[in-house]
Amino acid sequence: MAHSNPTAAAPMTEGATPIYWETEPHHHESGSSTMLGFWLYIMSDCLIFAMLFASWGVYGRSFAGGPTSHELFDLKLVAVNTALLLFSSITYGFAMIAAHEQRKSAALRWLLVTLLFGLGFLGIELFEFSELIHEGAGPGRSAFLSSFFALVGTHGLHVFSGSIWLVTLMVQVARKGLIPANVRRLECLSLFWHFLDVVWIGVFTFVYLLGSMAS
Amino acid sequence: MSAHENDSGAPHGTRRDYVTGFLLSVVLTAIPFGLVMSGVIADVRVTAAIIAGLAMVQIVVHMVYFLHMNARSEHGWTLMALIFTVVIVVIVLAGSLWVMFNMNHYMMPQMAPPAAHGAPPMDMGGM
Repeated sequence: MAHSNPTAAAPMTEGATPIYWETEPHHHESGSSTMLGFWLYIMSDCLIFAMLFASWGVYGRSFAGGPTSHELFDLKLVAVNTALLLFSSITYGFAMIAAHEQRKSAALRWLLVTLLFGLGFLGIELFEFSELIHEGAGPGRSAFLSSFFALVGTHGLHVFSGSIWLVTLMVQVARKGLIPANVRRLECLSLFWHFLDVVWIGVFTFVYLLGSMAS
Repeated sequence: MSAHENDSGAPHGTRRDYVTGFLLSVVLTAIPFGLVMSGVIADVRVTAAIIAGLAMVQIVVHMVYFLHMNARSEHGWTLMALIFTVVIVVIVLAGSLWVMFNMNHYMMPQMAPPAAHGAPPMDMGGM
C-alpha cells in the first residue's frame, strides 16, 4: 500500500536510515527567479513615484505668494540633464550587449561612460537645487516647492544609488569577470537604470515643461 | 524585437533595438522641449495636451526598446505585474487630483480662511 503512494511517509524500521522522497520536480537554477523578483521591486518603486507625482499634481500650483514655477525653472538646464540621462540609457544598453557577448573590457568601458553621464546628471541637479535654495526657493517656501523637491529629489537619490551600484558592479566585473552571476546583476541594474529614465520622462514633462508654461 | 532567452531567462535587446529606441526618444524629447521653449502654439492647453501625449508615447518606447517588455518574458508575469501597477497608478493619480480639485473648488472663495497659509485667498484657487 505505502509503496503505491509516493507522498506517504517512508516505512521506518528499527535501525534503518529514514528515506524521504521528493514529491515535486525540483530543478530551479540559482537566480532563475531574480529577474521577476527585481521587476516586482521596480513596480513597487513605481508606486512611490506615483504618489509623489500625485502630490505634485495637487500642490504644483500652490505658490503661497512665493516664486512660481514659471519664474524658477531653467529649461536649458533641464534639456541638458534630459540629454545626459538619455545618453546614459543607450550607453548602458551597449554595456549590456558587450556583457552578453562576453567582451569584458568593452562592457567596462561602456559602464564607465554610463557612470560619467549619471554623475553629470547628479552634478547639474545639485547645482540647480543649490541655486534654488540660495534664491530663497527652498523646500520650505511653499507647497509647490515641497512637492517639487520631494519628487525630483527622490529621483535624484535613485540615480545616486544607481551610480553606487554601478561602481560596485564595475569592480565585481573587473575582478571576477563576466560570470553568469555578474551578468544577472548587470541585468537588474539595467532594469533599474532604464526605469529611472522612464520616471524622468514624467518629471521633465509634467514638472518642468508644464510647470514652466505661463498659465 | 528579437528577445532570445539567455541563461537567466530574461530577454535582452540587440544593438538595433537600442539605437531605434534611442532615436525615437530623441525625437520624442526634442519635440516637447521645442514646443514649450519656442512657444509656437499660442494655446497653452493644446501644448499641454500634446506634450502629455508625447510623454505617454515615449514611456511606451522606453518600455519596449530599453526595458524589453513583452508578453512572453517570465511567462507573462512581468506584463501582469505591469498592468496591475498601471491600474494602481491611474487610481492614485486620477483619484488624488479629482478629490483635491473638488475640495479646492468647494472651499472657494468664501470659506477659505484668509491668510491661513500666508497667502491671500485669491491665490488658493489653483490646483
